[in-house]
Amino acid sequence: MVIVRYRYIGSNVQIAMEQLWIDMAAVLAAAAPLVIAAMGETLSERAGVINLSLDGTMLLAAMTGFAVAFTTQNLILGFAAAALVGALVAAVLGVFSLTLGQSQTAVGFVLALLCTDLSSFLGAPFVRLPGPAVPFMPIPGLADLPILGPILFRHDPVIYASFLLVPATAYLLYSTRLGLIVRALGERPAAVYARGIDVTRWRYAMLILGGALVGIAGAAFSLDLKQGWSYRHTFGSGWIVLAIVIFGGWRPLRVALGCYLFAALEIVATRSQSALPGIPTQMIQVAPFVFMILVLALVNLASSPTVARWIATLPSVWQRPLLVIVYRLRATAPAALGQPFERP
Amino acid sequence: MKRVAVLTQPLLALVAAFVLTTLALLSTGVSPLEAYRLVLFGAFSTPVRLSDMIMLAAPLLLCAVGLSITFTGGLYNLGVEGQMIVGAIAAMVPLRLWPDWPPLLLWLIAALSGAAGGALWALMIGILRRYAGVSEIFAGLGMNFLAGGLALYMVLGPWRRQSSASLSGTDLLPRELWLPTIDRLRLVPAAPVIALLALVIVWWALTQTRWGLEVRAVGLNPAASERLGIATTRRMAETLAACGALAGIAGMLQVVAVHHALIPNISSGIGLLGLLVALLARANPRWLLPITVAFAAFTVGSIQLPLTLGIDSAIAGVLQGALVLFALATRIRQ
Repeated sequence: MVIVRYRYIGSNVQIAMEQLWIDMAAVLAAAAPLVIAAMGETLSERAGVINLSLDGTMLLAAMTGFAVAFTTQNLILGFAAAALVGALVAAVLGVFSLTLGQSQTAVGFVLALLCTDLSSFLGAPFVRLPGPAVPFMPIPGLADLPILGPILFRHDPVIYASFLLVPATAYLLYSTRLGLIVRALGERPAAVYARGIDVTRWRYAMLILGGALVGIAGAAFSLDLKQGWSYRHTFGSGWIVLAIVIFGGWRPLRVALGCYLFAALEIVATRSQSALPGIPTQMIQVAPFVFMILVLALVNLASSPTVARWIATLPSVWQRPLLVIVYRLRATAPAALGQPFERP
Repeated sequence: MKRVAVLTQPLLALVAAFVLTTLALLSTGVSPLEAYRLVLFGAFSTPVRLSDMIMLAAPLLLCAVGLSITFTGGLYNLGVEGQMIVGAIAAMVPLRLWPDWPPLLLWLIAALSGAAGGALWALMIGILRRYAGVSEIFAGLGMNFLAGGLALYMVLGPWRRQSSASLSGTDLLPRELWLPTIDRLRLVPAAPVIALLALVIVWWALTQTRWGLEVRAVGLNPAASERLGIATTRRMAETLAACGALAGIAGMLQVVAVHHALIPNISSGIGLLGLLVALLARANPRWLLPITVAFAAFTVGSIQLPLTLGIDSAIAGVLQGALVLFALATRIRQ
């Protein structure tokens, strides 16, 4: 856990630089739960299932993880319980949407509210209790490297895991046979079916795997980043993760980048409080959320035919650079995302 | 066979929801019967609670009615919470600008202004969806965050209390501008009347007019509707604006009938609860009123739980969510 005091002393460049490394480390730490949840959501959305219950699942898992770790004084059990809760909620979503054929959006939304209230109700006895927390664990040797050491190697295991999860997800999706199946599930499930693979069963598997990761992300809040449980602990992070997955175009590396961007915005927002005394704190806290939605609009705008038509009307000098920008920003959803699969 | 299913399936959903809620209650060690007595019937126990229930049901019904329009048109308007907040802010503007005007005229202007604010906020979602391709779900959520920030800004910034800025809200409106209540109760008769009026008008518009038919067609199959010559973009914008306007009026009621000031949490989750009501009613106007009353009663009844039984009042939300979840399961496959 990194607790950072923001203070620039004088014009001493050395200190300012060190402060910058500490800030960057803080961004990486603050983004860890977001990254874990976003990788989980990316996996299930690439397989064609939207898990809209993210915010509620994270809260319920955060509460359960804390309660279990508090009662047993065992962190591993806490994380395991959180993963189980996440997987369970995902399985419920699977039963209702994949098996019973209901709208993923509707079921996911109801689950989000239900889990939020369940976490408030069941978690009431655990509010603001001091509990176990993931221990700080600098990596010997690497932690003393200049620049990279303080940024990357002075964290705790959860944060290291979040670093590793991003390339792992990318590897799984793009370099393995399983990844090929997952991507096909989201793009053209009928083709997967034709190859003799059970679409519904594999969608369940990815949904539940993703859900378990979302659960772990919840525990990363209550056992690591925010250390403890209180009412609506994650402050809407689950919703922002859903937006970040879209912003990232369902590609793990870009999704992770979105998480780090959001965490950086939050840190900048907290920091600018002292610089902008006229603006209330709470305003600044919602600013990153609003900014993310604007970015999302921009990203989506890049994929819309309206913009392509507009670019075509411009003088040709402008067209090429604009098209390059649009191409870079473009994010296309898996073609079968959110669609029910009927056996042909 | 089919008739049996019509009867047993809602019953099954009801049983499943109560099983889940009872399990949650049992885990706390309190008597579930005692808790249910408060949650289910507590709102009807005294005239004060009954009036509180009606004052919650009125904005809830307005939101749910509005959402049944957008659901019929095939849109998930998660931005209803923000539309309520902006409606409340917009309603405050005339009330603060011209407090000396005759109250009746001011209320009318405030209602119009609130409706316009909510409708404009909802239209932003339509614009984001139509021209930027942002799913209305995320556009709505983003606009909720933005509306919440705006309310905070108004409360702590331009409209802060004369003594000192406070998170508890702006200065109270002058007494003459509070909507009249029934003696000694907090019940404002105008609020349920407005909500019921909205219910009737929307029911009529959706089921009895060509406009309603077109909205239903767009909801069922936008591509086919477009080919049949229905202006789908326009219908989408109209449904969003109508829902936003109703949510805006709900926000205005929160200001002039409940809080008598702008508070940061002016929407109090009523919009999200309205989404649950509309989902459970399956956008069928006949079910909107009974479900709204029941959900409002659960929420008001559960407020006593922390004091009398020492458990959290969120159990009402658990019951409401579970009811909608299991009702979804028994719905016909889409």
